[in-house]
Amino acid sequence: MIVNGIERPEASDPRRLLSDYLRHDLGLTGTHVGCEHGVCGCCTILFDGRPVRSCLLLAVQARGHELATVEGLAQPEAPMHPVQQAFKECHGLQCGFCTPGFLMATVAFLREFPDPSDAEIADAIAGNLCRCTGYANIRRSVRRAAELSRQA
Amino acid sequence: MKPPVFEYHAPASVGEAISLLGSLAEAKVLAGGQSLVPLLNFRLARPAHLVDINRLAELTKIYERDGGVAVGAVVRQAEAEVDPLLRERCPLLPLALRLVAHPVIRNRGTVCGSLAHADPASELCAALLVLDGRVTARSQRGERVIAAADFFRGTMDSVLEPDELLTEAWFPATAGPVAIAEEARRHGDFALAGAARAGDRLALFGVATRPLLADPADPTRGLEPSSEPECSPDFRLHLVKVLVERVMQA
Repeated sequence: MIVNGIERPEASDPRRLLSDYLRHDLGLTGTHVGCEHGVCGCCTILFDGRPVRSCLLLAVQARGHELATVEGLAQPEAPMHPVQQAFKECHGLQCGFCTPGFLMATVAFLREFPDPSDAEIADAIAGNLCRCTGYANIRRSVRRAAELSRQA
Repeated sequence: MKPPVFEYHAPASVGEAISLLGSLAEAKVLAGGQSLVPLLNFRLARPAHLVDINRLAELTKIYERDGGVAVGAVVRQAEAEVDPLLRERCPLLPLALRLVAHPVIRNRGTVCGSLAHADPASELCAALLVLDGRVTARSQRGERVIAAADFFRGTMDSVLEPDELLTEAWFPATAGPVAIAEEARRHGDFALAGAARAGDRLALFGVATRPLLADPADPTRGLEPSSEPECSPDFRLHLVKVLVERVMQA
């Protein structure tokens, strides 16, 4: 499997969740684990480019697939991805626990909807829970991320 | 919150999958995993074997068949939601899919997995029933086609046998009006009550142990919803009346 462009070994224990594989076996602790039953959205990663819950996948299922986690967003030449930049500018996070999930869901969403309506934004992030900020700044961040991505 | 120990199998063909299901005791099919993996993480399900069908390319198709559209067992809900053939021939299914959980869940969850899981509040089970669709089940004993009206038995219980693999669902094409409406406590939750309509046919979901066909003129007749802390029987009956009115006006 390829994670953030790097070939990684297959998981050996079938009951290893993909979220735990990323965190414990690869040390990619940016993917957070909240509810572990698919409700909170903190563990959202991209699986072949589409956002999925990594806590609802077994690591063995990722064999041959391409994954992207929050660690892969920033690049050496651009220390912040436009979506990260937007969340920073608009105070779209407070404690930051839910943020990786929101970022990955937003990255995938803006690829499909580069100029989203407010209703489309609300629908896109409805599966991610935040217990600090409320959602106003997060919705604002997604709107700003769309602007920054279009400029980029 | 970690799955119990199980043996993992990733068959490369439908033949291999049904031979595994036929020979292993206490095996479960793993499709999208959006219902099964939470059950494993909570240890509410403890299968000895998981048969992962996600690598079966032969089950990834959406195609025209017998005046309707067939949806293979590994078709993701998100794919079916935007499929041009389904939108044109079976528009109720894409409408129902938009009410299933959240977009991220639908990227992985499958149409057939929701049917096999048979949650009484499932939009897709009600859609299959109201459209008079059917599912195909394969095992080493052969293949059988099961009508929606015969498929759902009770809460998360269908007539599917442990050695059978639900390989595809078939939805007849519709020409008349279709609509689906539901009331849930939060966006993306399972519905407290819901109604799906295809022409003159009406199905209710979330109000009994399985989806039910109902008379649009008297939809609550015979209903005895259970009492739950978040929803009294009277409130549920009220929801049914309002939702049915809404879908019948569509």
